[in-house]
Amino acid sequence: MSDRGYPEAVANEFSTPPTAFTDREGRTIEVRPYENTDEGYEALVEMYDAFDPADRAQGIPPGGEKRIREWLDAILGDDCLNVIAWCGDEIAGHATLVPDDEAYELAIFVHQEYQRAGIGTHLIRGLLGYGQAEGIQKVWLTVERWNRAAVSLYKKIGFETSNAESFELEMGLRLNPDGDGDGNAGGDGDEDEDDQ
Amino acid sequence: MKVLCGIGGSDDSFRALDRTVERAAVANDDLTVAVVDNEDSSVAPDDVMERAQEAVDDAGIDADVRRVGGDPGSRLVEIAETEGFEEIVLGGGHTSPMGKITIGSIAEFVLLNAKTSVTLVR
Repeated sequence: MSDRGYPEAVANEFSTPPTAFTDREGRTIEVRPYENTDEGYEALVEMYDAFDPADRAQGIPPGGEKRIREWLDAILGDDCLNVIAWCGDEIAGHATLVPDDEAYELAIFVHQEYQRAGIGTHLIRGLLGYGQAEGIQKVWLTVERWNRAAVSLYKKIGFETSNAESFELEMGLRLNPDGDGDGNAGGDGDEDEDDQ
Repeated sequence: MKVLCGIGGSDDSFRALDRTVERAAVANDDLTVAVVDNEDSSVAPDDVMERAQEAVDDAGIDADVRRVGGDPGSRLVEIAETEGFEEIVLGGGHTSPMGKITIGSIAEFVLLNAKTSVTLVR
């Protein structure tokens, strides 16, 4: 696999979940780390079982309850970080960080009934706050290039495109300085703020 | 059918090889296996050649296994056009830790540029 690129600068500080807010439809949403309970697990299965296939990205979430459970078992493991957006006892969205050799891959899913209400932004910030607190350094993701809403959300958060040569864009974010203590603190002149 | 199977040594390319050889034995396809340079592959081309020849021998079919240098995507498309192949078969992509499928750069090029049908093996 090719080497992925990450921004030099460390991202802003994100607040650590649990957090709560009112979404644009007036619903109270609570964002908190996944608690490994039967109720939580079954609520996730239920959300993904009802997930609109048109919102699938690169084959996930898979279709059918059996495959959903297999997939969840893989991404809810002890080495992964998961954050849930709750609306009462129903799950509105889920975001996850899954480790590979040197970094964590990010994905986020918001159920179709809860989309366009600002939940995705809170959810991804919650996940990154959790990851920051856990000392994770680098996060990457892929996104289909026609998914403009997602791409602009990731950019707003601080992700930078690291590979634009494939069907999917690859983006990276630095959550914490490198472990060797040689971070980029005090660096000047290479900020690239562009708010257009 | 005259089939060109392109492999470079990635896991999904070996899956494509096995399925194509299996199918050729049943359907009596006229199969050519092209071993291309995949810079993302950790398996050396000579080992890929050997693996392909083994698969062909095991299936007891008479397929051509050849080494194809140069840019893999464009060479496969060119061979398919100049030699009258009807289908190109390739690996169907690699799966990230998250479970996301990513199609390799060779498959992307072939999908967009081939005049023949293209099969990606999952």
